[in-house]
Formats: sequence, structure tokens, C-alpha cells
Amino acid sequence: MLATEKAGARPGTHATALLAEADRLMTVCNSCRYCEGLCAVFPAMEMRRAFPDGDLNYLANLCHSCGACYVDCQFSPPHEFDVNVPRVLAQVRADSYATYAWPGALSGLFARNGLVISVVAALSVAVFILGFVARHDPSVLFGTHTGVGAFYRLMPHNAMAALFGAAFLYAILAIALSLRAFWRAIGDPVAADGASIWQAIRDASTLRYLDGGGIGCYNHDDRPNDRRRFYHHQTFYGFLLCFASTCVATLYHYLLGREAPYPWWDLPVVLGTLGGIGLIFGPLGLMIAKLRRDPIMADTERFGMDAAFIVMLFLTSLTGLLLLVLRATGAMPILLAIHLGVVFALFITLPYGKFVHGLYRFAALVRYAREHKALTGKH
Amino acid sequence: MADLTKKYDVLVAGGGNAALCAAVAAARAGSSVLVVEVASKFYRGGNTRHTRNVRCAHDAATETLSGPYPEDEFFKDLLQVTQGATDEVLARHMIHESKSLLDWLPEQGVRFQPSLGGTLSLGRTNSFFLGGGRSMLNALYLTAESLGVAIEYEAEVVDLEVDNGMFLSATVRHGGQNHTVRAATLVAACGGFESNIEWLKQSWGPAAENFLIRGTPNNRGTVLRLLLDRGVEEIGDPTQCHAVAIDARAPKYDGGIITRHDSVIFGIVVNRHAQRFYDEGEDIWPKRYAIWGRLVAQQPDQIAYIIFDSSVVTMFMPTLYPPIGAPGLRELAVKLTLDPAAFEKTVHDFNAAVRPGTFDDTILDDCRTEGIAPPKTHWARRIEAAPFYAYPVRPGITFTYLATRVNKQARMLMKDGKPSANMFAAGEIMAGNVLGRGYAAGMGMTIGSVFGRIAGTEAARNARN
Repeated sequence: MLATEKAGARPGTHATALLAEADRLMTVCNSCRYCEGLCAVFPAMEMRRAFPDGDLNYLANLCHSCGACYVDCQFSPPHEFDVNVPRVLAQVRADSYATYAWPGALSGLFARNGLVISVVAALSVAVFILGFVARHDPSVLFGTHTGVGAFYRLMPHNAMAALFGAAFLYAILAIALSLRAFWRAIGDPVAADGASIWQAIRDASTLRYLDGGGIGCYNHDDRPNDRRRFYHHQTFYGFLLCFASTCVATLYHYLLGREAPYPWWDLPVVLGTLGGIGLIFGPLGLMIAKLRRDPIMADTERFGMDAAFIVMLFLTSLTGLLLLVLRATGAMPILLAIHLGVVFALFITLPYGKFVHGLYRFAALVRYAREHKALTGKH
Repeated sequence: MADLTKKYDVLVAGGGNAALCAAVAAARAGSSVLVVEVASKFYRGGNTRHTRNVRCAHDAATETLSGPYPEDEFFKDLLQVTQGATDEVLARHMIHESKSLLDWLPEQGVRFQPSLGGTLSLGRTNSFFLGGGRSMLNALYLTAESLGVAIEYEAEVVDLEVDNGMFLSATVRHGGQNHTVRAATLVAACGGFESNIEWLKQSWGPAAENFLIRGTPNNRGTVLRLLLDRGVEEIGDPTQCHAVAIDARAPKYDGGIITRHDSVIFGIVVNRHAQRFYDEGEDIWPKRYAIWGRLVAQQPDQIAYIIFDSSVVTMFMPTLYPPIGAPGLRELAVKLTLDPAAFEKTVHDFNAAVRPGTFDDTILDDCRTEGIAPPKTHWARRIEAAPFYAYPVRPGITFTYLATRVNKQARMLMKDGKPSANMFAAGEIMAGNVLGRGYAAGMGMTIGSVFGRIAGTEAARNARN
């Protein structure tokens, strides 16, 4: 049945049929409001009587997909009102990444995203391997290199820093411009204030709204649990620790003149190892949860995008840890090439994959903190 | 798959709040329990799916309620809405027992929501379920399952074997077959007969054809009818029910809460002949929310139209179905297929009768009419700011009050005045004992939870002896 024939459908202009369906759902939900205690989406919805596309993209990114509203809803399918908020908002959310992507010409990368990222990753790895081979004798790939500066005998540090710095800066630029477009679309043009940002940091860092209103999120059956939040924490904080490791190593290199590889007890290695372990088990858990999740609540068509990001994080960590363990063996050169290839691919695809969900959701949380404060006087 | 061949201590007919409270209470008391629910797993729980809150007395504020709401005040509210049509002993017992529900329900996994203000204006008297009634049901089912309660979905009680007030067995239709299910006791908690239009027509006449049923299509009163036919005493008036005015565009069944309209006080309500028929400003919502279903049911063709103008369109909750709008009164009348001349006259007469006042929809304000019948005694303002809007409304039946008579143990009483040996009732099927007329928000759930818990506990005790 078309969205326009269902209860709650409003004549109106939306960019896509999905946004029209999201409008219909919010109209249904706004006349019910039973779910207002579950998360931030429904209180934010209650502040509105109409739902233009920007607001729908905001609500979609505010949703953490805990599934509680689906399980609690008396109108979810097979009811004729067909209210499936987690699924439709997941679809709108995924579309929003492409809508606000910079540059717009690359927004197509979100379609068949799993394939795009696989190809980019494979190419990156191949280029690093070929690069090493081209620069050196092919036998360098199978030699044993140890001691200070061992990595840089395969690829000079400055070349490495320039290449990854450029990739990273591009990612930051593209993400920042995408985020700016999203922020402009979802809210009033006022800059975010410090208190709202701080509230959003707290909400994001605890995944406050992935708890089904207090009992955990719903995944494969009707018994909620907190495992997805636990896996996400492992992934997110693992990622942050790895990032911190890289930052410390950069400071070591430029400020202290100390070159990698570092001994196992040194800060970059400790941070990287801990983060790496988080980035092994977190993505594994998330992937298992994703595979088991009741498909009716999920944006199953975008499985590739979600899976690609999870796999890239997992591979980054796996290759990094293998490199750490095997760095004194003949496997080091090929592992280094693979690791650098994966990290490079991760960086350049950050603006065009699931990574952006964190930033869009954070922006939505800032927006919510702002309007919640304006309405109630408190965060 | 539950075992339908073994003999249980307690057979619970029904799968809503009352049934599950009974099942959980009986299982906690050590009984083996079988729940037979006519609906599929998704539609389980009848009207509980559509509920949101329960009214419980309490002596002091709690985390989720402001307070206090003393037993006497609760009873006074009940007397007011029922105009005295209640069994005082039972009602007072229920109100007393409702106090401990505030702890007992959370112990069964039910979560209450802190009062958020805004929509939840009932924060003192009523406790709201976090996530609504289906969330509450889900919690009760998880608890029942973990206590070992056997649950069979798509299983309907189609016959009862009762001998001189003693339940012997039930015929349960499941999977295309009839099963004879034996149990030491029966708890009937399977709703009223509101979904049975033919039965409604017996007392309402053809008007019942135009009723919309807000909840489950399964409450056909099969077990109620069987029990009354097997000698259980009847109590209550078959025309009495919880009925509100809901959008005429709602589905015949199961439209739930979202088809309601709370905009009556902001305009006027006219019938098929474009005439007003009741004081739209009599009392504050939600106190008078539950009278409009009956009022509309008494109008020709059981339809009415809430009429308002653009000045108030954002003053009430957004609605599922959009208002029907038109640039002028005449055009609106044409869209509603009302007589345009009569409609214009009604609005003009009303406008002329409006006296000046200070509008405030949160109190009984001083905006009223003079020299018009019926009057609008509060919130009366001229309907003059185009465009004009209307919501068509019909009676939305929530549940019926015709009941099996019970005592304080939720034990059914037989026509000869004797208590049944082993049959108990809870929820809508016995609501008429305390709710002879009218309605106050959250009462249905109080009746279900309180008498469900009592019925389960008593049935378990009965089964042990």
C-alpha cells in the first residue's frame, strides 16, 4: 500500500517516498505519544506539529535504533497502521548521509557502499604492496627488519606522514562540510552553545538512548539486553584509544625525536593494544548482533554499509595487532603494507560510510539538548 | 506449545492485564497455570494493548506520581462518574487494594514513567506505563513465562462445563480442533462483549451498526455469555460502556487511542442536522472526555462534527486524521454534507450568544454563552476566523459494563446467591460490579490489575484445598 493511503498520511512535499512515510509515522506517533519516555526522538517529535524533511532527518539521526518503540507499539505491523519507527528512521538516516555528503558528486558512494568500500580497501592494500615492491627489491617484502626506524626503511616517515596526513585532512574537511550542511538543515541557524555540546557529549559517550528506556535494547527476540551498547562502547573507546595512540606517537616523533617501533610497554603501544583489542571484540559483537537482529526492525537494504564499516574497523585492528606481534619476523613488510592500505582506505572512506553516523547523531543530540533546554529550562 | 491435555490448577481465559495479573499471582502462589488467549502473539492482550495508565490510591507522592490520592478521594471520584452506580463494598476494597499495586506491578517487571508534564496532566491520580500498555503487557508475559505459566495463543474458549456453580472443564478451540481442558479453578478474564455488534444491537438497536470499536475485535463476550447461561448472576446495564467520541474515519476495530479527539471544548459540536445538542464547555477534559461517546450515540446516524476555526487549531494535540477545512462556513457544510443554511445559522446563533470573557483552557473560565440552548458554559468564543475546520466523530466503544457478579475474592456469585465453588472473574468481564456507568481514566486497568491479582491468588488457594 502507498504511504498516502495509510492512516496519518498528509498531503505534502517530501524529497522521497521514505521521508513521506517518516512524516506519516511521526503524525501517528504524535497523536499517541505513549513512547515519550523511551528516548529523545519522541519528546523532540512532540515539540513539532509538522515534519519537514530537515526535521525528519534530525529525528532519524536522533534515533539509536534500540527497538523499544517497535516492541511497545500497538500499531506496529501486522496492524494496519503499519508503524515501524526503527526501520523507517534507519532508512531515512542512511539516506541523510548521502543527502548531506560533501562534495555532492560523491554522494553516490553511499549506494552499494559495502562494495565501494571493499574495492577501495583492496586497491589501497594492493597499491601499498606494489609501492613497496616498486621502491625496493621485491625481496624486501619478505625480509626481516628490526630496530628503530624499521618501518621507515619500507616507507619513509615523511612520505607516510604526508600521505596519511593528506588523507586524514581530506576526511576531516569532507566530514566537516557534510556536517555543516546537516546542521543547517535540522535546526535554527544559531551556533551550538557549550552547555548543549557538553550534554550531547555525555549522552553520546554513554549511549544514553540505546537503553530502551532503561532495560536495554531489543535485538533478536522480546528479551531486551544491553549487549549492543557494550559492544559499541568497546568499538568506540577502542577507536579513541587507537586514535590517542597515533597522536602520542606523532608527538613522540616530532617533539621527542623518538621513532617507531616503540617497545611494548611504551604509551603508543599500550594505548594501541588496548584500543586494538576493543576494536577486535567490539566490531565482532556488533556484527553478530547485526546478523541476529530481527530484520523487521532493521534497514536490511543498507546492511552492506553497516557491515563495511564494522569490517574495516576490525581489519584495522587485526592487521595492527598482527603487525605488533610479528614485527620482528619476515612477515612484517607485507603486514605493514596491508595495515597501511587498510588504514588509508578507512581514512579516505570515512566521509562516505557508516562512520558519519556518529557525527550526525552527535549533532542531533546537540540540537536536542538545545531545544529540550529551551522548552524545559534544563538539560 | 502448551500441554492442553494435563489438568492445571488454574485455567485463565484471556490474555490481557487482568488475565496476566491472575496468572502471575497464581503462579507465584505455587499453582500450575494455563493461559488461553484467543489472539495471536502480536495481538495478545486485548484492550490492554491500547491502555496507558492505571489509577491507584496512594498516601504520599512517589517517584512517578505526585500525591497524595487518598482512598476516599478515589471513591468520591468513582461515585461522581458512576452517579452512584457502584457496589460500595467492592469498590472500596478495590481502591484499598490498588495502593499496593504501585509496588506489585513493578515487581512483575512493569515500568512506570515519571510525570513529564505536558501531555501527562494526570500525574497525581494515574501512573503511566513507560512505553504504554503493550510494554506493560510484554513485561507481564515475560514474568509469567519465567514463572512457568503455560501460554497458548490463538486458543479460544468456546464452551464451559459447569455443574451447579462448579467449573469442570473448558472446550478450547485451537489449531482447528476442540480440546477439553480440565483445571481445578477457572479465572475468566477475557473482556466484555463490545466487539460483538449483534449483541450490542440487542440493547442499542440498529444504532450499534455505526459504533466503532476502539480495541480488539476479539471481545465478543463468548465466555461472558456462557457464564451467564451457566447460572452466574448478571450485574450491570447492557447499554453501559466506556464510550468516547472518536474520529469517524477510524477503522472499525483496533484504532486505539490515536483516533480520539480532545478538541470539543475549543469549538461547538453539531449533529447531522447541523444542530448543537450538548454543552461543549461543561467541564474540563479529561473529566468529561468519556461522555461524548454516548452523546454522539444518541444523535441521528450516530455522527457528529466538532467545528472550530483557525484561531484554535494548534491548541490541542495533533490528530491522526487531519481536520476537514474550508475557507468559509458554507463550503465547510458542503464538504460535511450538512445543510449549509442550517449550519450557518447554528454558528451565527452561537456566535451571537457568546459573552465577552478571558479565555483560559486550563481552568473553568468565564467565556460563556447567554440566551442559547444548549448553552456553552465555558471556553465559548466566536467561530469566525477563516478557514474553518471540522472533525467528524462517531461513538468509539472501549468496553462494555455488563458483568458477571463477583464478591471481594473475585469469586463469581451464582443466580441463587451462592458463591461459585471454583470460578473467578477479573477485568472487563466483571467491571460492571464497580463501574455501573461513566468512566474515569485508568479505571479499567485498576479493575483488571486488582481483581486479576485477587482472582489469581484466590484461585491458587482454592486449587490447593
